[in-house]
Amino acid sequence: MPDLPLKGIRVIDLSMWFAGPMCTRLLGDMGAEIIKVESLKHIDPWRGPVDPQRVRERFPNRKITDTPYDCSPGFNLQNRNKCGITLDLGTPKGKKIIKQLVKISDVLVENYSPRVMPKLGLDYPVLRRTNPELIMMSLPALGRTGPDKDFLAFGQTIDCMSGMAYLTGYLGEGPMLQSGLSYGDPLSGMNAAFAVISALLYRHRTGKGLHIDLSQVEGLVSFNADSILDYTMNGRIRERMGNRDRSMAPHGCYRCRGEDRWLVIAVPSDEVWQRFCRAIGEPAWTEDERFADVLGRYDRQDELDRLIESWTLQYDHYEVMHILQSAGVPAGPVLDPKEMLEDSHFNARGIFEVVPHRIAGTHPYVGAFAHFSRTPITIRTPAPCLGEHNEYVFSELLGMTREEIAELERMGITGNVASMEQQGSM
Amino acid sequence: MEQVLSGVKVLDLTHYIAGPYCTKMLADYGASVIKIERPVKGDGARRLAPFFKDDPHPEKSGFFLYLNTGKKGITLNLKTEAGRDIFKQLLKDADILVENFSPRVMPALGLDYETLEKINPHLVMTSISNFGQTGPYRDYRATEIVLDGMGGWSTIIGHPDREPLKPGGSQAQFVSGLFGAIASVSAYYGRQVSGIGQHVDISIMDAVLYIQMNLTSNYTYNNVVQKRYGNRVAPFPSGILPCKDGYIGAITVTAEKWPVLCEWMGMPGLVDDPRFLTPADRALNIDELDAIMISWLVDHEQEELLREGQKRGLPFGIPASAKMLLESRHLNERGYFVEVDHPMTGKVRYPGAQVRMGDLPYELRRAPLLGEHNEEIYVGRLGFSKDDLVRLREQGVI
Repeated sequence: MPDLPLKGIRVIDLSMWFAGPMCTRLLGDMGAEIIKVESLKHIDPWRGPVDPQRVRERFPNRKITDTPYDCSPGFNLQNRNKCGITLDLGTPKGKKIIKQLVKISDVLVENYSPRVMPKLGLDYPVLRRTNPELIMMSLPALGRTGPDKDFLAFGQTIDCMSGMAYLTGYLGEGPMLQSGLSYGDPLSGMNAAFAVISALLYRHRTGKGLHIDLSQVEGLVSFNADSILDYTMNGRIRERMGNRDRSMAPHGCYRCRGEDRWLVIAVPSDEVWQRFCRAIGEPAWTEDERFADVLGRYDRQDELDRLIESWTLQYDHYEVMHILQSAGVPAGPVLDPKEMLEDSHFNARGIFEVVPHRIAGTHPYVGAFAHFSRTPITIRTPAPCLGEHNEYVFSELLGMTREEIAELERMGITGNVASMEQQGSM
Repeated sequence: MEQVLSGVKVLDLTHYIAGPYCTKMLADYGASVIKIERPVKGDGARRLAPFFKDDPHPEKSGFFLYLNTGKKGITLNLKTEAGRDIFKQLLKDADILVENFSPRVMPALGLDYETLEKINPHLVMTSISNFGQTGPYRDYRATEIVLDGMGGWSTIIGHPDREPLKPGGSQAQFVSGLFGAIASVSAYYGRQVSGIGQHVDISIMDAVLYIQMNLTSNYTYNNVVQKRYGNRVAPFPSGILPCKDGYIGAITVTAEKWPVLCEWMGMPGLVDDPRFLTPADRALNIDELDAIMISWLVDHEQEELLREGQKRGLPFGIPASAKMLLESRHLNERGYFVEVDHPMTGKVRYPGAQVRMGDLPYELRRAPLLGEHNEEIYVGRLGFSKDDLVRLREQGVI
């Protein structure tokens, strides 16, 4: 089998939380060697609490271990196919070592606020002297320039600032957050992965490196271009529409039999409407001429939605999907996490990969984002335990002796036991 | 103009949103993209709102114009033998082919990867479809809302006692379009190194699941079936609440910041209130807590809450409308919005660069009119005569 597309590319990953790690998750999945750098005092907050007692309180069903930070679902999902080292970049020794690593790497990814890298003495002009072909990827919340560049922003802030929350919510009601996804993060990670690979092509062609700047907000605004253009072309401010659509009707989410079970239906044309009516057995109300064309259905959606729900309520959500899909009507269940793990289509496509991890045990994880016919993406290694690859990186890659590494450990610059005093928390 | 993807040649069979967004990314960052539309009607996205001045003309769809910047446009009917022959000639010179038909279409046209690879042995082909090229739902029908539901997105949006919601806009399609761009450049990079092309299959349903935080791992590690819990994100208090001049996204970031918020609200006594002592207490009494916060927020304006919050390490966010985004000083000073001139609309501002490639130039070139580059490509590149073009037009090939 040919090598994975990015095999041979080495990436230093200084990023934490979600956005940067999503970028390196994609690069790692496609074969790059990722060296994730944490420090004992500042582990990636996605590893969760350091104190097992706090884990017990917050996650009563999670396996309890002495190093709970090696047993976090979010971290272990996001950081597979990566090596992990610990190195305190606040110390002169730490800085010296990271520069040695930069010299033998292709890419560096960081998602600090724009002040941090210069303050550490590790900004692009400095690193470029160490490695002129370096590709550096910075993904702060609002970009590296502009009056608000130093703004602190979390996922929820970005949902608001980007206009995403403004467009999400029930019809006629206030803007809404997505409970449990800071969407700007994965999206920025994706844009960053696209940028890094494109920059690798540029370097392949010209021999030149680049410093790439990305604003999480801008990436999200691009995904709502239709709303932006409705304003620049027509002066119209798009508002929340719930589950409704601008042209299709019916178009919504309907309750089914069972506890909190739902199904979505979209009827894109009059022809599909006729199929829908036949599929549900043509109850009397479907004969109503007012529903025959899209304009009539569009004006009577409240009434129509109640009638449709009176039908869906009699069935399980998967059952309705099969009835409607057999008739050629777009419909599907709203799946919860447990259902997704059991879904026949997801499983037939092999999206979940079962991977053993020496602390967390064996779990299924979301695997490939795409099926590459000749270089299939797999989870080759589980997420690293804290400092798991210190020896590989310090000794094999950088040629340090055992004594030198032991000295770093004594000074607290590296190691594999997290300090109990951590800033920030999850 | 030197850009990161200069020199990369893309043949584009995409339509609507997901596929065109993929090839737009490639085009905007320097690739030469030839977009093929069916004669007469063209890409279905030409029928999508918004339209310039609300005139539903096929050359005035703002959505189409945005999704197809930087591309050359030709028309070609792949349902004719002559059309397929011409397509194969074009393919010989392409590095990447992108398509987002339903999975039956390309094989039915005799244009599956195995066939195309014989014509162009190093071809990278990217296919984006609702459910992917394999699996039991392969031929099922879907629109945005169906994929949001099945990929696990809607399950986390909405109030627990009401129906789940789709995220605003066409997110699943944009997300998979971006995945298409990532896969295309990655497979192409691999080919530059190894000489080996391949076919990449992207399912929009898979893509939605891939970007979720940790829905399924949260279940297997913590035995928690994560669902929608309203307009809130932990740790509480946190959510979008009414304020004096609209709404504000209030956030506490970490439990340690709770006293800072109490101080800011002028209610330092709340810190010792037995209802709100621990994060768990605050989660339990969130409705009371929200009421207290709202009583304070309604006296304060968005801009003030944003600036004062930043000073205190509490990154409150203003839920921005399109108008607010277009007027944002920060976005404008960064030059994010770009004016694009088009013969049917004149100059209009579009969203611009998603990423900034160092000092390399970024420019948005307008979308093509239907068949605008037929002569350039068919006569200039493939060597047809202008008479040939007339004949092909009369036979419905172009």
